[in-house]
Amino acid sequence: MSAVYITGAGMISALGNSVKETLLALREQRSGISPITLFDTRLKHIPAGEVKCSDEELLDRMDIHSDRDTYTRTALLGLTAAKEAMRMSQSSVDKQRISLVSSTTTGGMSFHEKNAHTIFTGTTGSKYIALLDCADAAQKIARHFGISNNITTVSTACSSSANAIIVGARMIKTGMADKVLVGGTDALTRFALNGFNSLEILSPDGCMPFDAHRNGISLGEGAAYLVLESAAVAKPENILCRLSGYTNTNEAYHQTASSPDGEGATLSIRQALETAGLLAADIDYINAHGTGTWINDLSEGRAIETVFGTAIPPVSSTKGYTGHTLAAAGAAEAIISMLAIQHNLLFPNLRFTAQMPELSFTPQTTMEENVPVNHVLSNSFGFGGSNATLIFSRP
Amino acid sequence: MHAYLTSTGLISPQRTFENDFSCGLQTEGAAILPAIEPDYRGLISPVQLRRMSRILKLGIGAAQLCINNAGGLQPDAIIVGTGLACVNDLEIFLKSIIETGEQSLSSIPFINSLHNTVAAQVARILKIQTYNNTHCHRGASFENALLDALMLLHEKEHKQALVGGIDEFSMHYYNLLPAKVVTGEGAGFFLLSHLPAGKNSVKISAVRTFYAPGEDFIARFLAEQHTPVHQLDAVLLGMNGNPSDDAVYHRLIDNFFPPDTRLITYKHLCGEYHTSSAFALALAAHSIAAGAFPAPAVFKPGKSAKPQKVLLYNHYQNCNHTLMLVTG
Repeated sequence: MSAVYITGAGMISALGNSVKETLLALREQRSGISPITLFDTRLKHIPAGEVKCSDEELLDRMDIHSDRDTYTRTALLGLTAAKEAMRMSQSSVDKQRISLVSSTTTGGMSFHEKNAHTIFTGTTGSKYIALLDCADAAQKIARHFGISNNITTVSTACSSSANAIIVGARMIKTGMADKVLVGGTDALTRFALNGFNSLEILSPDGCMPFDAHRNGISLGEGAAYLVLESAAVAKPENILCRLSGYTNTNEAYHQTASSPDGEGATLSIRQALETAGLLAADIDYINAHGTGTWINDLSEGRAIETVFGTAIPPVSSTKGYTGHTLAAAGAAEAIISMLAIQHNLLFPNLRFTAQMPELSFTPQTTMEENVPVNHVLSNSFGFGGSNATLIFSRP
Repeated sequence: MHAYLTSTGLISPQRTFENDFSCGLQTEGAAILPAIEPDYRGLISPVQLRRMSRILKLGIGAAQLCINNAGGLQPDAIIVGTGLACVNDLEIFLKSIIETGEQSLSSIPFINSLHNTVAAQVARILKIQTYNNTHCHRGASFENALLDALMLLHEKEHKQALVGGIDEFSMHYYNLLPAKVVTGEGAGFFLLSHLPAGKNSVKISAVRTFYAPGEDFIARFLAEQHTPVHQLDAVLLGMNGNPSDDAVYHRLIDNFFPPDTRLITYKHLCGEYHTSSAFALALAAHSIAAGAFPAPAVFKPGKSAKPQKVLLYNHYQNCNHTLMLVTG
């Protein structure tokens, strides 16, 4: 495929407010999963990856002084990460050649929840109607940067921002754009907490991906955006890494569960390797979807065994650090994959205690420095069987 | 980038599920235009039907109609555009959180509320394991889904893309609208191919979406398509009856489109909703194939040649602007 380069990255999560702070937390093996402090919920006892900045603080950090009541938390997180990514990418590209592919699953739900009474009785002011849907965060970001061509918002559950990255990459490949801001944003909400709780898949004490004693997901919140550029405009000194392969597939199996044999995940990993023109043996590190649910880790683990056989590269899930940030997860893990390549690091899986009896491998449990990391494979799997795999390579 | 239209399946406030636009269009509209739904038993298995929310029935029903109209041809990509997705299920789950104080909640409305539910269920029912995506971007949702399909087909890794535009009516959203316009809903699916399905296959020549664009974006788009404005045989405009929204179209009628341009409107037939452009595309494709636009859709007759080059322009609250060029 024609080259798609990453020239900017921005991230806010429970690990910190920038890519630099993210890397520091990862190096210190510090989890951001902790009790919820910023909003009221009966599920407060369930820890999550909360960004410890109130909406007011986020507004102040971004110098937003007018219409402060028209910014949802989703939009504020998104703007924070998008600004960092765009600042990092210095190229001057014709505005007509810049696009934006954002993603979210909860959209304006944080606003919806706080104002449910007036929304459902129709007494909320009409000016707030734009805050309810998925497009709001993307349009706030587009307005901030003056991007006006082909702006969209993808929503495919937990693989949303991985799919946003794929759509952006295809815009570059097909020549529709030279520079695309891609990523995702999601705020913690009572809606998502209660939704995952109703499925009985929330971990009561912090997720344990690929562990025999795993007991569910820890939710998180945050935003992560990347700047993709074509070979024509990317300045060599700005290139952070290269998106070398990607795939979007659907397992077409079940609305909320993946097949235990990992058929969908296998398909996703294999096709991504094919588009990258790489062999399984070329992959130096797998940043797994690894949610810590019984079914995901079994299914994904089996798929990794199917594709990589007896030569499984180091595998870890970094959701033990950030929590599962839903729509932001794919882009957040893309940035973590990029950091692994840039700094030749392997990040350990947190809270690991015992090998899954069904699997032949254990996740990476120690921090490894100065190991050559040239190709990283990152999985994102979502409800509805929406699977995506991305491969990042040293440029 | 372009694609050819193989077939359409449309459930709308008109009886379009039976015989597209030859059904006798009704224009005596109420304030809210609900979709006229087919008997789903011929389209969806009874077991599945019992469990489906309304938007799923609309979406799966229209997708199945589209596949049937293509003689059972299977897509290798499924892409849905939906402004508010499963907004009524979302409302059910949110209300139950509030009413129960977050206790003993059923997971069903949560699962049904996910934005990619329709695309995922179409994939599951048709057993399509390839590309699956959902765009939720207000008034540009459907056009963004179409653009996604055009890129896929352009890359030639996929041959047939099933693209849908779906939205259902939501009372609480309607209550918040700043200006009440005739509001509708609907589900339109289109099977697109990188090759023409037959000699008279309608072609989607270009799709573009804009957010708060500059003045000359339509002229720029037409220039890129090498289509001077006087060559357009018809223009479909998304007028919705709200004076401030319609003023945007009237400025173009007065200053941009030549006086003999044939102008077509459709929101008095399908109502305003985020993906009403799916209705407009079906109407344009039908009219190109039929050689004429149905009389109730004609806003200004203009030139009378058989429509071959048709521009579709819609905007949502003067913020999301979308253009499609469709040719015979």
